[in-house]
Amino acid sequence: MKTLTMPSFGADMAMGTIVKWNVKQGDLVSKGDIIASIETMKGLIDMEVFDDGSISTLLVSEGDEVEVGVPIAELQLKNENYSNNKPELKLENVSLDSGELDTSIDVNKTPVDDQILADKRILVTKDSQDQNVNRQNTQQPKISPAARSRAERLGIDWRLLSKGSGPDGAIVLDDINIPDEKSAEQVSDTVKDPSNMMRQAISATVSRSKREIPHYYLQLDIVLNNTINWLSDHNANLPPSKRILSNAVIYSAIARALTSFPAFNGFYRDGHFQPSESVHLGNAINLRQGGLMVAAIHDAQRLGLIELMEKITDQVSRARKGGLRMSEMQDATVTLSNMGDRGTDSIQSIIFPPQVAIFGIGRQREVPWVIDNTVNIATIVSVSLAADHRVSDGHSGARLLNKINKLLQTPEVLM
Amino acid sequence: MKSQSLTYREALKTAISEAMRNDERVFLMGEDVGNYGGCYAVSKGLLDEFGAERIIDTPLSESGFVGAGIGAAIGGMRPIVEVMTVNFSLLALDQIVNNAATLRHMSGNQIGVPLVIRMATGAGKQLAAQHSHSLENWYAHVPGIKVLAPATVADARFMLSMALKDPDPIIIFEHVMLYNESAAIPQPEKCPDMHQALVRKDGTDISLITYGGSLSKTLQAASELEKQGISVEVVDLRCLRPLDTLTLYKSVEKTHRVLVVDEGWRTGSLAGEICALIAENCFWSLDAPPSRVCSKEVPIPYPQHLERAATPQVAEVVEAALKLLNRNVT
Repeated sequence: MKTLTMPSFGADMAMGTIVKWNVKQGDLVSKGDIIASIETMKGLIDMEVFDDGSISTLLVSEGDEVEVGVPIAELQLKNENYSNNKPELKLENVSLDSGELDTSIDVNKTPVDDQILADKRILVTKDSQDQNVNRQNTQQPKISPAARSRAERLGIDWRLLSKGSGPDGAIVLDDINIPDEKSAEQVSDTVKDPSNMMRQAISATVSRSKREIPHYYLQLDIVLNNTINWLSDHNANLPPSKRILSNAVIYSAIARALTSFPAFNGFYRDGHFQPSESVHLGNAINLRQGGLMVAAIHDAQRLGLIELMEKITDQVSRARKGGLRMSEMQDATVTLSNMGDRGTDSIQSIIFPPQVAIFGIGRQREVPWVIDNTVNIATIVSVSLAADHRVSDGHSGARLLNKINKLLQTPEVLM
Repeated sequence: MKSQSLTYREALKTAISEAMRNDERVFLMGEDVGNYGGCYAVSKGLLDEFGAERIIDTPLSESGFVGAGIGAAIGGMRPIVEVMTVNFSLLALDQIVNNAATLRHMSGNQIGVPLVIRMATGAGKQLAAQHSHSLENWYAHVPGIKVLAPATVADARFMLSMALKDPDPIIIFEHVMLYNESAAIPQPEKCPDMHQALVRKDGTDISLITYGGSLSKTLQAASELEKQGISVEVVDLRCLRPLDTLTLYKSVEKTHRVLVVDEGWRTGSLAGEICALIAENCFWSLDAPPSRVCSKEVPIPYPQHLERAATPQVAEVVEAALKLLNRNVT
């Protein structure tokens, strides 16, 4: 038996409302099935199930709003024998010691000690985090039980913090920066106010980033004439829905360029950097109801332009309408912040820890541009890079931006 | 002003004579308690007041006179047996552990042993390795007996009468460094129920848990730490068996950090038991690993500087607390 809990779709989520159950008691489900639609501050998100089995109980009714980590359903696993044979693989082992994960194969099939899970102080966002851990096999920061308990009660994803102020860099209570921490009543009031909660989560993340990450900033104005010309040829006979937009070409160029510059793609934790083999491009999507959401485009370096364009369009629309999948909400390895349609020429962004780089894309604009001693009209975009100086130096950052520039001069290679 | 204060030793004596006046079943026996007045002079003068029938000098046979005390208790008396030091009490372990602690159980609740055994414990008087150990935890391990560690003049003055009211055997540990401590004459309110642990000082950053002879060192460490801006709570166990766990948990849940100061050896110590209880019951409140300051794992040495080095001292407690708080040790 596995207890499914209200998942966290990000550090700033404290509550979720079950808008609709797609399953009822007794239904058989397979890994990847969408079992519920959950309304959060970020809109409607589909909840996937990570095991094969049958739904034995629904614990929460449609329309109910519950805190992250509260049990919402019981799942009878398809192969309960597996669970019974491996009682030692408890939630604690999986989450605390990623070194053991190599042998644990599929942590989502790991039996969950009902009593532990029912205690919502523990690992409220288990499903998504186990997956991350499994995929990236990265070291988690040390954290005291009390700090962990508070972080999870407040919906703060402590795995994003690289280091705390306790002995041996352990994260301790003081690092989970919520004012009036000593007053339980005030804390619960804080949790109940979602906008305040979101502000605090953002505040904790960016403060930590600026406190711990020595950022350096580079910016390059890239002429997009070739890209635009190539795109207008490509799009000429296509219906609007099939057209590729220049943003997709820029995203693709960034993803491709990153494969040659691993020091900008991955995580910095416990004093060392672990590059990621694949580029999971976090696309910061501005939500109409306010706030930001970062949706990961998995393996972006492998996608052709058409495929990438489809992904972006689909993801943005689902993000704004609701219906993003949990797997898309998981850790991106690098982030893009595109302010283009907001009308500023450039943006210098704050790195989202434990990532080590973030790109800022300004609006595309026409400027007088000198080519071969003559002044021409050029469409340019300012691409900025904020990167972690503990991992990379300005020189390689400059090479990365120039590589992106080069790719954008020959967009056909990105197809 | 001097007449307004009382030493720990005088407090014990007052408690004994008060008990003997109030209840004719109470008597005191042990090595040198009569003519010599007790090896730590606790019973000095009592022989004159109560006579040789109630203040009884015994032969040097711990097993014999503790066994006699058990027999007297079974027979309806309320004996107070003094054993010179906890080291010597090992000669009476069979009587205490196999008889006193078990008889209520073995007899199907027909026989109780309302016996009070007082003994000195601890280092600091340069009495070397056969007179200086802290074996309180050996007794605190055993079901069927209760173990008290009065650390203040008030507890020395009022715990005995509570112990004498108990229907089962009680061991009272008197740390040798406490006998000369003095305080204003205490009121009974200063000594609540003997089973209760007491918060001797309120604080919010760290709980220092201790008992007996380590209490005053721990309080000194607390005031050193307060000078560095750390708010320290000091909890005095008072009763080592049964432990008042609720008071401990409440403190740790407030401060999130715990350091146990225990003059016993670290391995298998009472401090270890307390750390384990806190890890089991307060895990999600802990912001640092439960930690201990105990005696070094050596027989307590004779030379003063080595005796000091072997047992917990104020500076060591301060340093361990700062480490838990990740503060620089100055």
